[in-house]
Amino acid sequence: MAYGNWEPVIGLEIHAQLQTVSKMFSSDSASFGGADNENISPVSLGMPGALPVINKKAVEYSVKVGLALNCEIKTQSIFARKNYFYPDLPKGYQISQYDQPICEKGYVDIFVNGEKRRIDITRAHMEEDAGKSTHHGDYSLINLNRAGVPLLEIVSDPVIRSPAEAAEYARTIRGILRYLDVCDGNLEEGSLRCDCNVSVRKKGETKFGTRVEIKNVNSFRFVEKAIDYEIQRQIDSIESGEKIIQETRLYDSTKNRTNSMRSKEEASDYRYFPDPDLLPVRLDVSWVEKIKSSLPELPLARAARFQSAYGLPEYDSTVLVLEKSIADYFEVAAKECKNPKAVSNWIMTDIMRELKESEKDIEHAPIKASQLAEMIKLIDDKTISSKMAKTVFAEMWKTGQNAGDIVKAQGMSQITDAGAIEKIVDEIIAKNPSQVTEYLSGKEKVFGFFVGQVMKASKGQANPETVNDLLKKKLKV
Amino acid sequence: MDILKSPATDIAAQVKQKKISAKEVMSAFMKQTEKHNGNINAFITVNDKALQEAEKVDAKIAKGEEVGPLAGVPIAVKDMLCTKGLRTTAASKMLYNFVPPYSATVVKRLEAAGAVTIGKANQDEFAMGSSNETSHFGGVKNPWNADYVPGGSSGGSAAAVAARMAPIAIGTDTGGSIRQPSSFCGLVGVKPTYGRVSRYGIVAFASSLDQAGPMTLNVKDAAAALEVISGQCDHDSTTSAQPVPKWSQNLNSDLKGMKIGLPKEYFTDAIRPDVRKVVDNAIQIAKSAGAELVEISLPLTRVGVPVYYLVTTCEASSNLARYDGVRYGYRADFSKSAPEDIADFYSRNRGEGFGLEVKRRIMLGTFALSSGYYDAYYKKACQVRRLLREDFLKAFAKCDAIMGPVFTTPAFKVGEKINNPLQMYMNDIYTVSANLAGIPGMSVPGGYSQEGLPVGIQINAAHFEEQKMLNVAYAIEKALQLKEVPNGIW
Amino acid sequence: MDIMIDVKKVADLARLHMQPDEESKYQAQLSAIFKYFEEVALIDTNGIEPLTTPTEIEQVWRADEKVTELTTEDALSNAPAKSGQLFRVPPVV
Repeated sequence: MAYGNWEPVIGLEIHAQLQTVSKMFSSDSASFGGADNENISPVSLGMPGALPVINKKAVEYSVKVGLALNCEIKTQSIFARKNYFYPDLPKGYQISQYDQPICEKGYVDIFVNGEKRRIDITRAHMEEDAGKSTHHGDYSLINLNRAGVPLLEIVSDPVIRSPAEAAEYARTIRGILRYLDVCDGNLEEGSLRCDCNVSVRKKGETKFGTRVEIKNVNSFRFVEKAIDYEIQRQIDSIESGEKIIQETRLYDSTKNRTNSMRSKEEASDYRYFPDPDLLPVRLDVSWVEKIKSSLPELPLARAARFQSAYGLPEYDSTVLVLEKSIADYFEVAAKECKNPKAVSNWIMTDIMRELKESEKDIEHAPIKASQLAEMIKLIDDKTISSKMAKTVFAEMWKTGQNAGDIVKAQGMSQITDAGAIEKIVDEIIAKNPSQVTEYLSGKEKVFGFFVGQVMKASKGQANPETVNDLLKKKLKV
Repeated sequence: MDILKSPATDIAAQVKQKKISAKEVMSAFMKQTEKHNGNINAFITVNDKALQEAEKVDAKIAKGEEVGPLAGVPIAVKDMLCTKGLRTTAASKMLYNFVPPYSATVVKRLEAAGAVTIGKANQDEFAMGSSNETSHFGGVKNPWNADYVPGGSSGGSAAAVAARMAPIAIGTDTGGSIRQPSSFCGLVGVKPTYGRVSRYGIVAFASSLDQAGPMTLNVKDAAAALEVISGQCDHDSTTSAQPVPKWSQNLNSDLKGMKIGLPKEYFTDAIRPDVRKVVDNAIQIAKSAGAELVEISLPLTRVGVPVYYLVTTCEASSNLARYDGVRYGYRADFSKSAPEDIADFYSRNRGEGFGLEVKRRIMLGTFALSSGYYDAYYKKACQVRRLLREDFLKAFAKCDAIMGPVFTTPAFKVGEKINNPLQMYMNDIYTVSANLAGIPGMSVPGGYSQEGLPVGIQINAAHFEEQKMLNVAYAIEKALQLKEVPNGIW
Repeated sequence: MDIMIDVKKVADLARLHMQPDEESKYQAQLSAIFKYFEEVALIDTNGIEPLTTPTEIEQVWRADEKVTELTTEDALSNAPAKSGQLFRVPPVV
């Protein structure tokens, strides 16, 4: 998406809900769902005298993410109060981190259009989630189940240069969070939230333009569309002489546009100060080291290993490692059938396609990794042709049966016996004299006719290479 | 009659020995309360289940079960502490009907020790004040003289014990709110080291200064009650794991080997002469008891007051943000005029629910934290606070305890603001510094003013050194043997 | 140096409804009190870390376990207005 002389400047603030059992500062349940106002306690209700106590697991998860994002893990960080009034914020302040966050100065590598790009991450900090309010005309209702759930806010540098990059960055972050098993990364449900900061400036300009924040973007596709819309809106505004107002806008996915929230223009004064109910968070270096050594192989490292151990191209590796479950699937299959490239191809094309259509994830795919491996072995030992394999695959997906069983049951074995094929070739040639003449007179295209006829006669089972070789030989006369 | 004169530890002993039942004890104090509370207004809410709860203690004793060191003792609990099922108001209209579904840790520990809440004690609204005149539920009279205030903010707690409506009260102290009313009402009042006592379930005023503590008739009761309520709490991240010593069993009035520091900045002409006489006398008692007197300096004493007001108003402005009428508490009447928007809804609830002093302090704190002012005010105050604390650490390298006045005068009259501005200012200095530095402080009765009003002596010790402080108080108490009670109490 | 406190702005920020005549009264009181704070500015605090918690206290964290302390009924028992099991307020948007 080109914007002429204009350069978009994009930064993403991603909020990840950490998958802990209890909340950030209290022992009530952090699980999704639950009856209205069931997962509560004096602390998450903001009752008089209630006090926060830090959830160790939430800190552990935050350190994990920070390490995975190549951040500096601060051995001392401070929780601060962000003061503002809203009915879903029971204390009238959110406990967050301000000028001493737990993680700083990280980066993540992403692939956009086959090119690798490094996106710097400013910081990641811990905070608590607010409750939920629903609006009903002349009243609103408040549910505090979610109030206090641990969040990690990951802030990128404003170095993202296109909507596609932004979406890819968000996907990559999500992939890492899921790898670490600390967040299920569900944009639609809200366990992952993506706020986009967008501004534009003329190419070559070093000063930043006025920044607009976009909220309510709940899919990666919308990340791209919302940002693209906003860039265009800002360019149009500036070019017609208007000034960009620093504000928060909401993305409307049905109309594909961003709308001003039209709330009071005064920027909120959050009056941050260190929370006196909490001590500074001091991390034991050896504890951080222990977490570091317990990190699973992360996407980037795994991709590198796929390249060196399996000889896969960089692009394939990067795609396969995005989801840990897919990468796991690949390895199981590749080790079994010893044809990693084939496994990669089948996953990236057919399996991904089927998963998308059936809205499944690979853990629930009807074809297990070892079954894919078996199918590929059958292709490699020429039992079936790659064309036949497509049919077998479709059947496997439908029924979950093994390739070998399907091939046997349907008598689908590829005919590789040259003699048998030769018989069919001779028959076809004999049956189609006029086409033979046409071919010999120079009409090369007729070759395809013969191939088709032989395949048809052999019910698709003749080895295509052999068919080609024999036809070429026989039609040379 | 005798039971009303007995200190709490004696009452508990008698109850455990079955010489008197917890129910009888509670009945006696209930009668005393009925007799005086209408006039003194020490209690906002009287516990209508008090007798039942006292009976439960008796039932346990009858079964031979363990009941704890305060068995059957009625306690006046400052209305800043949440008591499950019993209205808790912080003396504010904002919480006029709030019934907590849980109890403060301090309350739970007292109950586990066999004590029974007799009522919720009156106080300044949200603990902001020093005379109990800002309560939404009316002021409190000093039992020693009804024309005078009992002090604040724990005025009701002090008055309840002084009038023998309870043998023990629990107060809270952010800048002197236990020590000053204890001084005004002739009681022993202790603010422990910050972090000794859990703040969980206590309405927060200034989180990094607030501490709950006992207000009693004698040092031994205070020590015993402090043992019961102290100790790490898994619901309060700011409590210390320091073990809780058996202070009451180790009280020693022999002060030989102890050095008592006298800060030169404390002893000025601001102190009224009759008060100064009482304080000097107590210092001499300490010397006679074997202590060595040492002059020390706390150079930043004066600046403690503005630092105190900055830090506490900032923290309070945030702590009181939860009072909005959404989930509990006061909601304005919108039947005639709907709120313009949600901000207006909040503003009307809070504007009507909070009293003037509270609103004043919230605004001060909000302003001091606001954009552009944070560094110059709140942050600066916190830096000076560190220096203030260091002053004390240096002082305690030279002495074991510090002595001085609690206040420049005895109790002042209801409605009267002390007319001497220097006195007003200097008063807060004696008490706020301990909260800022986190060190313990206490008031012990030292004598009487020319009007016959009680005058207390303040003693401080280093962090976690409450025993030293209690011992000095014990020595003074033993030497003075003060026997007066307020007129008309019996 | 006199601090000009914009009382209306502060009252809005703190969500405290102010009657028109109250504004000037608070203005005077707040400004007077703020004058005292100037003493603090005179202290040299170069290189001094701000102090929040005045006692040295060991860090304690909580294990990630679920504990139910209150029922929904408890949570709503003091609600000035509710709808089913939800807190009810005037419209937020």
